Amino acid sequence: MIDAAEWRPGAARAVLKARAAILATIRTFFDERGIVEVETPCLAAAPATDPHIQSLRVATTLGSRTQTLYLQSSPEFAMKRLLAAGCGPIYQITRAFRDGEVGRYHNVEFTILEWYRPGFDHRRLMAETASLLVELTGLCHWRARRYADVFRAYAGLDFNASRHELVRAALEKTGVAHHALADMRRADLLDLLFAHAVQPNLDGLCMVYDFPACQCALARIYPAPNPVAARFEGFINGVEIANGYHELTDSAEQRARMVDDLAERRRLGLPAVPMDERLLAALAAGLPDTAGVAVGVDRIVQLALNAGSLDDVIAFSSARSCAP
Amino acid sequence: MASYSTNEFRGGLKLLLDNEPCAIIENEFVKPGKGQAFNRVKLRNLRSGRVIERTFKSGESVEAADVVELDLQYLWADGNDWHFMHEESFEQYAVGERIVGEAVKFLKEQDICTATLWNGEPISITPPNHVVLRVAQTDPGIRGDTATGATKPATLETGAVVRVPLFVERGELLKVDTRTGEYVSRVKE
Repeated sequence: MIDAAEWRPGAARAVLKARAAILATIRTFFDERGIVEVETPCLAAAPATDPHIQSLRVATTLGSRTQTLYLQSSPEFAMKRLLAAGCGPIYQITRAFRDGEVGRYHNVEFTILEWYRPGFDHRRLMAETASLLVELTGLCHWRARRYADVFRAYAGLDFNASRHELVRAALEKTGVAHHALADMRRADLLDLLFAHAVQPNLDGLCMVYDFPACQCALARIYPAPNPVAARFEGFINGVEIANGYHELTDSAEQRARMVDDLAERRRLGLPAVPMDERLLAALAAGLPDTAGVAVGVDRIVQLALNAGSLDDVIAFSSARSCAP
Repeated sequence: MASYSTNEFRGGLKLLLDNEPCAIIENEFVKPGKGQAFNRVKLRNLRSGRVIERTFKSGESVEAADVVELDLQYLWADGNDWHFMHEESFEQYAVGERIVGEAVKFLKEQDICTATLWNGEPISITPPNHVVLRVAQTDPGIRGDTATGATKPATLETGAVVRVPLFVERGELLKVDTRTGEYVSRVKE
């Protein structure tokens, strides 16, 4: 039985109107810059390989064949194929899905904004991202800070610190048990410290750039003397809101990173997933030099309206549509 | 021993941490877009009442604490222990002073209290939210003074001292909120 409290939306009418206004502002922002809106499929044969992103599986029947498809965790792969085909600067507002992610700032199904700027590097795109966020949230200014600087200031150590030093800092600052830290990679320890010790100190709109090389994800790595990942993230009052890269365009390097991801998935006992050969073929054919960024639209609405939870700004959150 | 995975965490769940029974007060899912997921959890130690914070890697399992809450009737005190009884099973529990704690001020024979049991042993006693107790001692009442809002101390039959309005007389029955220790109203016999 569904009772009265459960069929109703979580977002009030005024919130839905504010949400619609934010979507309209986003579209105007890109229109004015000559960036084209595109649509790509939510369903694909190959998902992200990232061991910390679990894609939803969908069993389908295509012709007489049954096949496992995946709901996208972001439209990144398909949009890169469009870029490789020479379509120029593009943006998309679509739905993305991540299994198991439910909380104050998470919903299994969420609205993602993603755009690509051929010819930009990550710092130039970071500035453009900040101007959009300023326009959407009404915040008056923003700060750009290097990852190395905020990590030293708030986690109290260098991001190149040894694994042993990172474990010691994590024990002291995060309250995670030693046995749980024991099998974590350097990148995950950095993430843990960043989430617990650094993020709560990032007030207002703060853009963090030049990440440790081990957290490159799909960003290119700028070489020595101190290699950094050409990546940035945007935070509003400590909540992660944007993640962007000067994109990796090297097909062989991309394949090697996916193979690493699959090995890590095996080590963690996670299901194996296929690699997106269409993406790799597009990179091999030639992805133009480009920067790209993904932004969480629901979180923008939540933070712009000072709402306590995503459930307050989504008409029907997973709790209101998927609970048995 | 039963255990819970972090994705089963919710308010009220009882866990065993460092061999102490704890209850989850708040559970927050924390996950960077590209990183490991965590649960940041606030818990109350059910024996000491202290609030602690812990972070678990999502997917981690944590041992469950065998904690149950029972409604028990308070029978009597014998100088060492306070005795309680389950009304259906008639099972009796003797509870020491350390565990009865602050509840002692509001324990009245035959009232139904909530007992928290860990591995079958009581670890805390919570009196009913409201109890009716007789005034054992207070200054003489000032008749008709219902408007000034002034108060005076009154000692109740259990030894609890509460602030009461000036019109309250010795021997009267009062309704008291045990969560705040505040006077609610007079009760007619």
